[in-house]
Amino acid sequence: MSTATLIPHATHAPEQEWNLPSRGRVAMYCLIIGESAIFVIFVVAYIYYIGRSLTGPTPREVLDVPIFNTICLLSSSLTIWIAERSLERNKIRLFGAWWALTLVLGAIFLVGTGIEWHTLIYEKGLTISTNLFGTTFYSLVGLHASHVIFGLIGLSTVLIFTLLGKVREEHSERIQVLALYWHFVDAVWVVVFTVVYILGR
Amino acid sequence: MADRTFPIEGTLDLTPAHVHEHTWLEVLHEWVTTVDHKKLGIMYVLYGFFFLLVGGAEALAIRVQLAEPNNHFLSPEVYNRFFTMHGTTMVFLVGMTIIFGFANYLVPLMIGARDMAFPRLNAFSFWMTAFGGLMLYYSFLGGSGLYGVGNAPDVGWFAYAPLTARAFSPGNATDYWALALIVTGVGTVGTAINVIATALSMRCKGMTLMRMPLFVWLSVVTSGLTLVTITPLTAAQIMLVIDRYLGGHFFDTQAGGSAVIWMHFFWIFGHPEVYVLVLPAFAIANEIIPVFSRKAIFGYPAMVAASVGIAFVSLGVWAHHMFTIGMTSVSNAFFVLSTMLVGIPTGIKIFNWVATMWGGKIRFATPMLFLTAFVFQFLLAGLTGIMLAVAPWDWQLHNSYFVIAHFHYVLVGAILFAIFGGLYYWFPKATGRMLNETLGKWNFWLFFIGFHVTFDTMHFVGMLGMPRSIYTYEADRGWGHLNLIVSIGAFIQGISVLIFTTNLLWSAFRGKVAGNDPWDAWTLEWAAASPPPVYNFPTEPSVSSRRPLWDLKHPEDPDWKYE
Repeated sequence: MSTATLIPHATHAPEQEWNLPSRGRVAMYCLIIGESAIFVIFVVAYIYYIGRSLTGPTPREVLDVPIFNTICLLSSSLTIWIAERSLERNKIRLFGAWWALTLVLGAIFLVGTGIEWHTLIYEKGLTISTNLFGTTFYSLVGLHASHVIFGLIGLSTVLIFTLLGKVREEHSERIQVLALYWHFVDAVWVVVFTVVYILGR
Repeated sequence: MADRTFPIEGTLDLTPAHVHEHTWLEVLHEWVTTVDHKKLGIMYVLYGFFFLLVGGAEALAIRVQLAEPNNHFLSPEVYNRFFTMHGTTMVFLVGMTIIFGFANYLVPLMIGARDMAFPRLNAFSFWMTAFGGLMLYYSFLGGSGLYGVGNAPDVGWFAYAPLTARAFSPGNATDYWALALIVTGVGTVGTAINVIATALSMRCKGMTLMRMPLFVWLSVVTSGLTLVTITPLTAAQIMLVIDRYLGGHFFDTQAGGSAVIWMHFFWIFGHPEVYVLVLPAFAIANEIIPVFSRKAIFGYPAMVAASVGIAFVSLGVWAHHMFTIGMTSVSNAFFVLSTMLVGIPTGIKIFNWVATMWGGKIRFATPMLFLTAFVFQFLLAGLTGIMLAVAPWDWQLHNSYFVIAHFHYVLVGAILFAIFGGLYYWFPKATGRMLNETLGKWNFWLFFIGFHVTFDTMHFVGMLGMPRSIYTYEADRGWGHLNLIVSIGAFIQGISVLIFTTNLLWSAFRGKVAGNDPWDAWTLEWAAASPPPVYNFPTEPSVSSRRPLWDLKHPEDPDWKYE
């Protein structure tokens, strides 16, 4: 788009750099702020209801700390960061490898959560309607898991495009915007983990 | 109102887009599939206006029911549905949609952009909001499932627990309410993200943050507030749906849950929501008052700071809706003080508007009439707000018609008046034709009189002890005559809105041709053609002050020398 002079005087002013923030980044930060507010409400509800269940089972009886899962998810933030840097340096194959690893780590986390829930429901008898702990636990962890699922869908889409050879250095910006979301999902897990498995037990 | 031809010859091409005849199917297809921010903005406003008529009709039915003691115009069940639907409709389907319609239409034009940052997200958001509203109203038919009788939500617009529990609200009406608000919420958040991204990343050359029109500034603040306001409601609605469908216990006191925590979650949304609605009204005032006072806005930086201040403070005042639940005196004191604190930035704004008018050459066209009434009525609404912020006063009047009168003073007296003013002001830009001034004056004066007859009187009904949401009352309470006056005022407002509807329809086809800049205004949207072509500006504009069109019209004394 060429720039016409709406104001004749503007041309007299010294030409300044005209830099605006990337709209993708701005939008993703906004989305993250909005999503954070949703998580805050669920976390507040969780904390408020700790120890208020009228019947068992209690968190201490049934919850195991998911150390392995947590390590997988948190390290996926590192691998996606390496992938971003690789793409910036135009190393597409390296990018694909680190991106795929991120996806695998995220998937391991999700499967781990699935196994945890299966054990809780079928062996330890805790469902969402059992007591307040069940209601708040499945809601909060489930809300986070649903974000992991959305993230994995995004990551898979990029991986498919990478395998098809469509991802190039110029897409760096967009990839980084998506990666921001993934970093957010990881950061939220730190909060959820602390609240559910440390404070709540 | 000299219809000058701006901008100067040769700087911008202002020939309107070539129009050729389409079949109605083509036109429909174009509107349904459009991603143009102007078409979407118009659809938002029309959609909101349609629901204003629906919600208004519900209000009139409520007023007929309350006009005299022991009345049975409506059945108690229908009465409950009507006041619930009236509140929900007016806040989510009228207020939110019209303000985002204005933002959609105006923000890209005012910052010299060709469209929003994400046009397809924009269309998605609109249709989510639209279908959310249709879903809410479908409950009249399908509320108990298609096999039972229709049953709209009847739990009040704030839907306090435990009334919303399965045991007390069987059927699906409450589910429609929760799900419809989740769906419209997704649309609202999408638009909010879009507005912020547009204002921050799509500005034309020279449009620094401190040169953005205040309308754009306030749209950004509103959208930011929306991001952290609508989402807690969505979270609370998800919890409610979990309670109702999956047997959860969030708000189930039988299982250790808390009904009060719903109140907290709802009002953490509910109070900032008022500011989400009123900040765009301020935004409209910030554009119209200077243009019709023929002066630049007084205290631009103070206005920006006050808006941001209001947004922050509004996040910490929610429990003033809950003084009667028995909080500790420390909590009460905190929320009394934080609520009163809102009065400071709001007061700055009122002073700035008055100072803008002060010494100005005021031109009382219809937009300015509405906005003058807005300043005056918003001040009164703020004063009753300060009264209700005092906890002991609130203990007396909580849930009375005094509270209803107070917030209708804000929602109607401030927001709706500003919206009407905004519609008169920007209608020529959107359609190329002026709204009729004679009908406009009738519209204004009838609405002004009706408004005061209704809502001034309502304060007294409230102080005489009439509680909100009651179906009817005994004759010996002494509320009968006052309620009749309130109802008469409501019908005067109804007539005024019908006059406006007539004006809207008539002027869209027969109105005086407006030209590009009918009000001799200063912001960039008036540099585009009326109506603007799909691409808004043929070439990207470049600005060097807050009033680019002033600079253009007065090259001998441009604003950029002083800013």
